[in-house]
Amino acid sequence: MTMFRNKWTYLGLVIIILFILCAILAPWIAPEDPYKINLVQELAPPGEGHIMGRDINGSDILSRLIYGARISITIGLVVVLISSFVGILLGLISGYYGGWIDLLLMRLVDILLAFPGLLLAIALVAVLGPSITNVVIALTALGWVSFARLVRGQVISVKEREYVLAAKTSGQSDIRVMVLHILPNIVSTVIVQATFNIAGVIISESSLSFLGLGAPPGTPSWGAMLSEGKQVILDAPHVSFFPGLAILLVVLAFNFVGDGLRDKFDPKTGRE
Amino acid sequence: MMHSQETKPILEVNDLCVVFKTEAGRATILDKVSFKLQKNKTLGIVGESGSGKTITALSVLNLIPSPPLDSMSGEIRFQGENLLTFTKSQLRKVRGNRIAYIFQEPMTALNPVLTIGDQIVEMIRAHNSISKKEARDKAVHLLTEVGITSPIQRLKNYPHEISGGMRQRAMIAIALSCDPDILIADEPTTALDVTIQAQVLDLFKYLIESRGMSIIFVTHDLGVIAEIADDILVLQAGKTIEYDSIDKVFHDPQHPYTQKLLSLIKGGVA
Repeated sequence: MTMFRNKWTYLGLVIIILFILCAILAPWIAPEDPYKINLVQELAPPGEGHIMGRDINGSDILSRLIYGARISITIGLVVVLISSFVGILLGLISGYYGGWIDLLLMRLVDILLAFPGLLLAIALVAVLGPSITNVVIALTALGWVSFARLVRGQVISVKEREYVLAAKTSGQSDIRVMVLHILPNIVSTVIVQATFNIAGVIISESSLSFLGLGAPPGTPSWGAMLSEGKQVILDAPHVSFFPGLAILLVVLAFNFVGDGLRDKFDPKTGRE
Repeated sequence: MMHSQETKPILEVNDLCVVFKTEAGRATILDKVSFKLQKNKTLGIVGESGSGKTITALSVLNLIPSPPLDSMSGEIRFQGENLLTFTKSQLRKVRGNRIAYIFQEPMTALNPVLTIGDQIVEMIRAHNSISKKEARDKAVHLLTEVGITSPIQRLKNYPHEISGGMRQRAMIAIALSCDPDILIADEPTTALDVTIQAQVLDLFKYLIESRGMSIIFVTHDLGVIAEIADDILVLQAGKTIEYDSIDKVFHDPQHPYTQKLLSLIKGGVA
């Protein structure tokens, strides 16, 4: 029995697992200390002893990429976990009770969605000050919106089903009805959304770091590495190329997995 | 035509009016409907589509969604207390626990993502503070009572994995799980095919005898009513057309509408 119909999903899973392993095992598998400065070999092209070359400070790019996976994947997971939790909670309340609560929450969602997301994140981080924690705060403050809207829509459709009425009829409290009867029916949609969102958050984090609003200078974050490379992009393209490739691969991988999960959970997409 | 009863009824509905708010204005859905349900008796509510049968049944537990509900008036006395004056949390203690409800479509009334066992256990635990283990034992017992074979395996099944008749039996088991005083069954046999229908009716008859329950049985099928009910309430367009014991209504229907309905099953001509 195969779990996913699309082979790209497996490729995505493999890539994600590889990156997660890199993140966990970074101190053991990284060939060098990512912070080690080696000015003699600055901007050394890929070659012996440093298969991805060295950056402006002569640090080993492979080692920095491996440590960078920690930052990207942790931020991706943390932001999506918190924002999906908040989004599910507010979406459930909004969709289930309707009325003025719904009106209020959804107008707030509309306002947040009307802003270009990254711009708002930039503004927030600029106010709070650049740091990884503030990046998480800014991205979470925006991330819950898409979950809240998605969950609300699903709740409105599920709450009209007869088994929800049956649960109310049997005297179960609103919280029980929401958590036991409505939530399990929408959780698959939320998982798909979360997978895509991880990819989005990784891009946003890289963008913020690229702009110098993320991790402090010197931290091996993919976005920051990309940014450092742009000064020397004509002389030493490998400095930007490898972090860019890493971002591309991880984002692509999460999208593949998201697609696979969506196909799996959605009975309407072609089932042979 | 109302009958005089010796004992105090377990449920007494007096002059129940239900008004809906629609875009075209207010519409009276139920107009002064009254009936009594005696202990250990079955009341059949019959009528065509849109006559207000289901609304009558739902209003007993104050379950009509608002909108479209505009207002409800009258009295619904359950063991002497007027349910219409109950607060939300008071009602919650009655729902499922004292008065249970069975829906027409067992496929849509069971949650597709929870196993049969989870749904029964959860219902028992919503009203009784007992352990999961005890609730599971009770669930097995209930499934056996409603005639489900190999109940321990069935507990692990999802609704789509079992047959329609078995789903309806599972629904009945869920409804029985808190030993309610009254069972309201809204077209419980309509979605089933004829042989299964007969089996489910037999199950109801068995439950009436073994548990001594009072049942409100809503249906459009007079043939089903004839088999199971003691009293009958005929509704048309939200109004009571006829309300009396089953013998009287079947042998001497007063209203032309009832006569017509009866001629359909008696003459066998549709």
